[in-house]
Amino acid sequence: MTDFTLWDIVRNLLLAGRWTVVLSLIAFAGGALVGLVLTLARMGGLKPIRWLIRLYVDLFQGTPLLMQLFLAYFGAAVLGFDVSAWTAASVALTLFTSAFLCDIWRGCVEAVPSGQWQASRVLGLNYLQSMRHVILPQALRLAVPPTVGFSVQVIKGTALASVIGFVELTKAGTMLNNAAFAPFTIFALVALGYFILCYPLSRYARHLEKKLYGAGIR
Amino acid sequence: MTLDFSTLLPYTDQILHGLMTTLWLTAVTTMAGIALAIVVAYLRDGASKGRPSLVSRLLGGYVEVIRNTPFIVQLFFLFFGLPALGIPISATVAALLAMTLNLGAYTAEILRAGIDSTQRGQHEAARALGLSRLQSFRHVVLVPAFSRVYPSLISQCIIVMLGSAVVSQISVFDLTYAANFIQSRNFRGFEVYLVVTLIYLLLAVGLRLAFEFVGRRLFAFRQGGSA
Amino acid sequence: MALVSVKDLHKSFGELEVLKGIDLEVEAGEVVSIIGRSGSGKSTLLRCLNQLERHDWGTIVLADQRLDGAAMSPGELSQNVGMVFQSFNLFPHKTVVENVMLAPLVVKQTPRGEARRIAESVLAKVGMSEKVDAYPAQLSGGQQQRVAIARALAMNPKVLLCDEVTSALDPELVGEVLRVLEELAREGMTLILVTHEMKFARDVSDRVVFMHQGRIHESGDPQTLFTQPRTPELSQFIASVL
Repeated sequence: MTDFTLWDIVRNLLLAGRWTVVLSLIAFAGGALVGLVLTLARMGGLKPIRWLIRLYVDLFQGTPLLMQLFLAYFGAAVLGFDVSAWTAASVALTLFTSAFLCDIWRGCVEAVPSGQWQASRVLGLNYLQSMRHVILPQALRLAVPPTVGFSVQVIKGTALASVIGFVELTKAGTMLNNAAFAPFTIFALVALGYFILCYPLSRYARHLEKKLYGAGIR
Repeated sequence: MTLDFSTLLPYTDQILHGLMTTLWLTAVTTMAGIALAIVVAYLRDGASKGRPSLVSRLLGGYVEVIRNTPFIVQLFFLFFGLPALGIPISATVAALLAMTLNLGAYTAEILRAGIDSTQRGQHEAARALGLSRLQSFRHVVLVPAFSRVYPSLISQCIIVMLGSAVVSQISVFDLTYAANFIQSRNFRGFEVYLVVTLIYLLLAVGLRLAFEFVGRRLFAFRQGGSA
Repeated sequence: MALVSVKDLHKSFGELEVLKGIDLEVEAGEVVSIIGRSGSGKSTLLRCLNQLERHDWGTIVLADQRLDGAAMSPGELSQNVGMVFQSFNLFPHKTVVENVMLAPLVVKQTPRGEARRIAESVLAKVGMSEKVDAYPAQLSGGQQQRVAIARALAMNPKVLLCDEVTSALDPELVGEVLRVLEELAREGMTLILVTHEMKFARDVSDRVVFMHQGRIHESGDPQTLFTQPRTPELSQFIASVL
């Protein structure tokens, strides 16, 4: 362990930390996109579509993210693709994120009073127009705090990509530990890395929530 | 593409073993985590009335650290880090400790919301009857607070149960470990993980139903109507 | 020697002085109604008497014992002074009998069997024997308030404080609660009530105290006070509520 200075450890963790950030961004952006489509389809779609989306959400919320990663990794192989850990992690985390965001956003759309729907339909707006001009702008306001809050779960979720061999912050930590054997320092630094990424987002989400619901919330 | 689930059959014992481990880890953790959360919430609640004390700040730090770092890192930190400090710890104990600390932090936050929404009159009635702060917390505040946040509590316990899949990474023989084990023997990764994922899904549904059943007994007082 | 003796009681909330020097003596077995506009300080006075509010200045003596400051522990205090609230404040997760037994069990360390016996006897007194195992949510407001009275009585207090105990009730439920209080008064319980029920104040009280702007403005026996008010403030108040 004498071969590794603290700086070596920190530098390696920082380098790997980039991939945590990139994977988080991919998962969040992809998840938001898929989640948005799902939310819209769920709000307006036919019964069977709504039912399918609900099943999708329940499946992702009712199973371990780790299993989802394994399934993406091994499932692709069954389908005849040779996928990298990169692809498997991106796909699994995107789907995972989309399911949770779909659930959060559905709640926000439903929180808009039904009188708003009736009023816009009475004015002659069709479903998409009501959604776009009346419902979504109001739902959006409600959606921001929990969405920011969920981004913390996405970042933490990327740590599991280490298990299928994706080298991000956590995987770099275990690899460094195998070489340097300074587990206390290394995993404390890894935790610190996540904390630096997550804590500001947590604080911001709480701040937004307070602003939205007034000071009485906490 | 062909799926073959028959190669799983010889490994029923491993799956059952893993299932039992996941179940008892979850059961112990749920109880220990809720107990921890009650203590944390009580100590923080006391301090929130005035200037936050040192204890309250420390507990607040604990809650924030747990909530803003991944469970797998918490687990590795305990399992690899504590022995390096001269504190020997088995994989099972590390798993229990990590899961309990994790659930405790989240539940303390959830419970706090329930405690904060206690009506002032309840505190006053307790004080007028001569109950101390601890007596009032235990006999008057706690149960209604739990009843108000029970749905969030159920979700959090399920999240911890699902998250426990990660303890396979420190060689605790849980459901996921069983899946990894089988996969390494029969090379049928997808089939194995599909089956085990479904078992987790059933566990999640079962856990929710069990919690709801217990909740209906525990919080029967919420139902109005004639006696 | 009066049972309760309040001298020069002052209380402020921030800049606002709510009690500006209250002197009040209540004899054992006396029923005293405190009336006045909202904001006159009558509820604050009542809440100082069992130290839900700490007063800033003055003394409160109960049966020769100071009860203010740290002179009396909350446990001792609750065995001297009971309180019934406007909003009942029953504990929702406890049955009627559990609500009543809680303080004897936890504060007085009464054995369970004995606590149960006490609870049943006070519940009988307020006419709630039929509902011992009901939860508060299953009771009407009047029934809840009667249980709250029983809960306070279970500690066998020397004086019972009642803070607008009928104000949250539907009109048709007011009577059953007032009847319980009347019965208690007849049995010789010392009662101090803040109330808007002028008829009750007039018929049941031994003395009525009119508070105005943080002071006791007028007090006397109910007949005289209501029929011959000496100050214009009381005249106006009576005219506005009758």
